[in-house]
Amino acid sequence: MTSHTTLFAPLLIASVAFFCFSLYRRLALVRLGQPEDRFDHPGRRLQEMLRYAFAQLRVVQRPFGLNHFVIFWSFMILALANAEFLVNGVIPQASLAALPEGVHHLLLLAFDFVSIFALVAVCFSLARRLFFKPDYLDSRYVKARSLEGFLILLFIALLMVAYFGMHGALLAMGEDPGAAPFMPVSRFTASLLAPFGNQLPGVAELFWWIHALVLCAFICLLPRSKHMHIITAIPNCYFGSLEQPNTQPRERFEKGETFGVGQVDGFTWKDLFDGFSCTECGRCQDACPANNTGKPLNPRQIVHAIKMNLMENADDLAAGKKPHLPLIGAEGEGTNTEDAIWSCTTCGACMEVCPVLIEQMPKIVKMRRHLVETEARFPEELLNLFENMEQRSNPWGIAPSERTKWHGPMDVQRFEAGQTEYLLYVGCAGSFDSRTKHVTVALATVLNAAGISWGILGKDEKCCGDSLRRLGNEYLFDKMAKENAALFTERGVKKVIVLCPHCLNTLKNDYRQYGLDLEVVHHSELIESLLEAGRIKLHDGAKELGKVAYHDPCYLGRHNKVYDAPRAVVAAATGKAPAEMERNRDNSFCCGAGGGRMWMEEHQGDRVNHHRVDETLKQSPDTVCVACPYCMTMFEDGLKDRGKPEVRVRDIAEIVAEGLRPKA
Amino acid sequence: MLVVACIKQVPDTTQVQIDPVTNTLVREGIPFIVNPYDTHAVEAALRLKDEFGFRVAAISMGPPNAEATLRRALAWGVDQAILLSDRAFGGADTLATSRVLAAAIERLSAEEEVGVVICGKQTIDGDTAQVGPGIATRLDLEQLTLVDRVEAFDQKGRTIRVRRKLEGRHEIVEAPLPVLLTVVRELNRPRYPSVPMRLASQEAEVQVWDNKVLKLNVEEIGLKGSPTWVSRIFSPERDKGEIVGDGVNDPEGAADLLIQKMLEKDLLTV
Repeated sequence: MTSHTTLFAPLLIASVAFFCFSLYRRLALVRLGQPEDRFDHPGRRLQEMLRYAFAQLRVVQRPFGLNHFVIFWSFMILALANAEFLVNGVIPQASLAALPEGVHHLLLLAFDFVSIFALVAVCFSLARRLFFKPDYLDSRYVKARSLEGFLILLFIALLMVAYFGMHGALLAMGEDPGAAPFMPVSRFTASLLAPFGNQLPGVAELFWWIHALVLCAFICLLPRSKHMHIITAIPNCYFGSLEQPNTQPRERFEKGETFGVGQVDGFTWKDLFDGFSCTECGRCQDACPANNTGKPLNPRQIVHAIKMNLMENADDLAAGKKPHLPLIGAEGEGTNTEDAIWSCTTCGACMEVCPVLIEQMPKIVKMRRHLVETEARFPEELLNLFENMEQRSNPWGIAPSERTKWHGPMDVQRFEAGQTEYLLYVGCAGSFDSRTKHVTVALATVLNAAGISWGILGKDEKCCGDSLRRLGNEYLFDKMAKENAALFTERGVKKVIVLCPHCLNTLKNDYRQYGLDLEVVHHSELIESLLEAGRIKLHDGAKELGKVAYHDPCYLGRHNKVYDAPRAVVAAATGKAPAEMERNRDNSFCCGAGGGRMWMEEHQGDRVNHHRVDETLKQSPDTVCVACPYCMTMFEDGLKDRGKPEVRVRDIAEIVAEGLRPKA
Repeated sequence: MLVVACIKQVPDTTQVQIDPVTNTLVREGIPFIVNPYDTHAVEAALRLKDEFGFRVAAISMGPPNAEATLRRALAWGVDQAILLSDRAFGGADTLATSRVLAAAIERLSAEEEVGVVICGKQTIDGDTAQVGPGIATRLDLEQLTLVDRVEAFDQKGRTIRVRRKLEGRHEIVEAPLPVLLTVVRELNRPRYPSVPMRLASQEAEVQVWDNKVLKLNVEEIGLKGSPTWVSRIFSPERDKGEIVGDGVNDPEGAADLLIQKMLEKDLLTV
């Protein structure tokens, strides 16, 4: 088959040149992004890449992901076969047949098997797209590109068919009989093709050309389609965020700086690279509480819009001009609506499911920063929140002198370094919210029962600033974080107990950026360790709570990976493991109040808490156990709205406090 | 045309306590804020600026640390900020205060015509609502108090028509410029300062005018020029409340009772 060299060589060179050109064009766009160091810790990064790109850990978390796993690994193995095919097409002497016979035969065996696996997997994929397509595969702008999905699947199928056709024909011609035993599928096609007799060389030639042309077409299409992920997904996993949780970076508040991202080149190169790594699988869309409840936010669309905006504005940006398509505020494919940006609860579900470690949520917060800090434009109900935070360091604007009112006549000590072991950082909800104040009292009771040495900051305590940071008001957050860091340092605080996962996350993770390395523990973790150490003696008072269902708060679970402690505590107090909701642990569904949504109206779609409450009621619990003040509010409201006020909502501390007393 | 907004730095009264021994306000550690009504005055001035391109000056009488209040106004977007600060101004009642503010406005009007002066209805520390009208009197301006809506501003005809919020009714009034407005919270939603504006406001100039600049008769300003003074501050004894109705066993009855009481107190209208 030396005859096709003269035709094939220029075709291949042209395809490869086109591939390189297209790829360069796109990746050059990524370089318009801001610098960000994602080159540190090569060892850990390599591990992440092996786990998520090669072992496809996230992909296979959904059953159909197995199909992708098969296609991916077929692709990896067949890359060798295809490389040989391409090189051999230009330089006929270069062939894997030059390898020792045993190795060559083993490879042929692998190629044969892998090709049939790939063919079957591709047929499954086609069938899925045609007959049982999940809702989340489509989004507003993705339907139009379904054709692309079909085309790629067709290409892969054709490659496999051509592979078997070509090798079958060659085997039928009696070439390389020694290899025949190692090519069972090709042998089968040989038997099908045998009737062609002396036309077999022509048949082989035909399949060779099908294979060659499809391969070239594939090479050309790749960097211009969403299937570019074949090239970018692996490095994207390498460059994924090593921060756990993925919190927001600090900003510098100096004149001449820009605040947040209002123009696409304000994103970092990694943000832009994410756009080219997205395969549009739709899993983030499926996990997103905003999207699930009819809000205008779709995390996939955010990533897609950034990519389209970048491509649309490429010429403007290259010429140093203002982009003609705005990143925020317009309608259409390459822009984000403000409503979408404000719909995010920062629950992190999108990032938790993304198979290639795309970071959707931080991009949303960056755009919020632009709206709040540069434009001073945000939903009007946030104005009060921002002013209250700035003036009185709590969301409600209550006088700071009231911070100690929660404990009433209870004897509560002030924190004194050296004399008190733990600071109980009560938090705004624990201090001011009438329902959560009961939780604080319950926790104080439990801590006293366990003989823990703890104290509070009292009137000097300030808000941690979580909502401000998630809402993009980094300027105020920065101010509050600095104040808190100074306060904690001055008071010699080292170990902190919190009863709110938002305080937990902010004190433990965000404040590290301010040089504060605290040992922060959520009360569920502390109570678990106290139970384990036998320091809390439980009676059976909590058994009156009946069937208890546990809801994972996003900022305790997904963001801080505390899943087992609260469950263990509930089990210890009630004598029974809590009932699990359909979506639990890392797959838990947000209550709707994170990301500052607690302080905003929910004008669009259904209420997120209604969805979660409905899911909870399927377990027919007597009590819902929460571990976060926001979840508490959302569940109590949701249960009332759903006509189920008899279902109790209890914080984990309250359940343990009930357990301290004997059954009535 | 220049629009002048008069603002005051006040202690955050929700956090103020009264010293039971000396009967004075305990101001230590209490944060200062811009008098909430005045934030609406500044916003009203800035809206005139946005619409007609007027310049806006914010003036405030107070101690040197009241500069923070003027920086806030600069962050909102006022063009000029003047702090009226002098020991001689200290201890002023509403009359003496209005003299100083009026003198400052007069001085401003020497350079550019002052068409509108806007004050908050009252301050949350003194609650007199007298300074605005006092300025109008001193400067012989038309005064439109308790404004909750600007109906029309006629630049050519040099008139302003506003709605006044009175108890149980509204009143629409019109006056020729120059005019002084005192405004209520319903007038507008103050804007939020952007970060670039905040940063710029930290570097912007806050002019300080003392009595060497204003040259007022020291007998007419400060404590000396004040015919009223505070003799005692105290928290009024409050009668202990009582629980009426039975919200636990008869929630509907309790709700009816509540509505009844609110109607009696004129807190609800049918």
